[in-house]
Amino acid sequence: MKIAPLFEAPAEVADAASGKCAIVLTTRVRLARNLVDQPFPGWAKEAQRSAMLAGSMEVMADLPAMKKALTLKVEELSDLEKQILVERHLISRELSTTKHGAGVVISRDQTTAVMINEEDHLRIQVMRPGFQLKKVWNAINALDTEAEEKLNYAFSPTLGYLTACPTNLGTGMRASAMMHLPALVMSSQMEKVVRAVSQLGMAVRGLFGEGSDASGSIFQISNQTTLGESEEEIIKRLSSVLNTIIEHELNARAKLLENDASKLFDKVGRAFGILQNGRLLTSAEAMNLLSLIRLGVDLGVFAEVRRPVVDRLFIEAQPGHIQYAARGAFDPAQRDLLRAQFLRNEFTNFGQPDFNVTGKN
Amino acid sequence: MANPLKCDLCGKPATVHLTQIINNKIHKVDLCEECAQAKGVTDPSGFSLADLLLKASLNPEPTADLIRCEQCGFTQADFKKQGRFGCPSCYEAFRGVLEPLLGNMHKGTTHVGKVPQRAVERKSLYDRLTQLQLDLDQAIKAERYEDAARVRDEIHQVKLAFEEKTAS
Repeated sequence: MKIAPLFEAPAEVADAASGKCAIVLTTRVRLARNLVDQPFPGWAKEAQRSAMLAGSMEVMADLPAMKKALTLKVEELSDLEKQILVERHLISRELSTTKHGAGVVISRDQTTAVMINEEDHLRIQVMRPGFQLKKVWNAINALDTEAEEKLNYAFSPTLGYLTACPTNLGTGMRASAMMHLPALVMSSQMEKVVRAVSQLGMAVRGLFGEGSDASGSIFQISNQTTLGESEEEIIKRLSSVLNTIIEHELNARAKLLENDASKLFDKVGRAFGILQNGRLLTSAEAMNLLSLIRLGVDLGVFAEVRRPVVDRLFIEAQPGHIQYAARGAFDPAQRDLLRAQFLRNEFTNFGQPDFNVTGKN
Repeated sequence: MANPLKCDLCGKPATVHLTQIINNKIHKVDLCEECAQAKGVTDPSGFSLADLLLKASLNPEPTADLIRCEQCGFTQADFKKQGRFGCPSCYEAFRGVLEPLLGNMHKGTTHVGKVPQRAVERKSLYDRLTQLQLDLDQAIKAERYEDAARVRDEIHQVKLAFEEKTAS
């Protein structure tokens, strides 16, 4: 398997931060970049795409930050491998469906991935656990500057970085945070949040981007516009939106505890029971149960050290990872069986919940 | 109401009214129930007014004379169909089509963020080269051959620098 080295280290997203910022699972910034005098991937001929892939793959893999990086051509990957990369947020669904001349360069620690010939020639992304927008921007900014030494970026002084879709013009940047918002979902406030956030020019999506559902109460919040504002301004504005959402989520949690703590703890306890004893679990159900366990950790029901375990399971309970772990291709019903078995195993030594935590937070 | 609002996309009576504030400008969309569903306006997991406005303003008015990008052959019809461009040069070719859309799509219409140094140097060398070429033509026309020779040498220098910047 070509992507085997990825499993030597835990997925970057699984190594989450703690404390108040635990509401933000991961922070990610991506930059859309294109090269001069070359048709965009969607309009390029097969030979042009192949040449672009070979050329830019070499350049990106040569950058100091990408030492020992994994270079993968999409056409040489199996469906399962592609699915696993999507589940780890290392490639997009769009890239995974391209037939010819597309690829990805992934750094050894999986914090950095450069997709080649997705919608744009290059889609550079840097991802870190927790709420670290500024750090991530600094890292990707440095990488982008290094790449620009070697590549001729298409750039206009008035329109900025020229992208295949005009909605990405300007900075070509999308900064986003993956947020765990169970209390806002439980108290039916998410719709209100989505409306408020989108009025501020930010977008809310599900865990796997455009059109995906919000199972596990995980949402991706990102900037919607890219032209007319500097990268720093966008990041500042997004940060303040994220901080406001964190505040609302914390308030919603406090309110749930205040109004009916036993109802909330009952949900957490039942989730734990099902994860320890269930025999069939769909990935949507698993995500929702894990979400409750994660909330339990935040509330002090489970030990703090268990949070990274839950965050790892969010990824490993996905269909691709379940099949990889079982070394084979399985239909959805078989996967549900395998998933339940896998989670039972993980939760055997998870530690018992302690519900005497009122006032502990 | 005498004049019920019509859906911006299909013209049926609109029941969903959405307001988004971008850069202190109010953007309003009126949609019927069906279009709102289809565009995901009621779906909390993802909705972009920018995309919607883009598509809405791309769909109507069949234009008679279509624009075409000389560099890559992409046409205005292709843009309407895909909402994406063919190559970086399309932004020159379709400037007139795009400009009225940008204000709705973004916070501003001019880039204020990061500037890639090499691209800018390349652009200034390119502009310098264009100017020198004009100078050369004029000098030859006016039979100022000494000037012409000097400009020609300079063109040679700039071309060398340009190639250095472009080689990767």
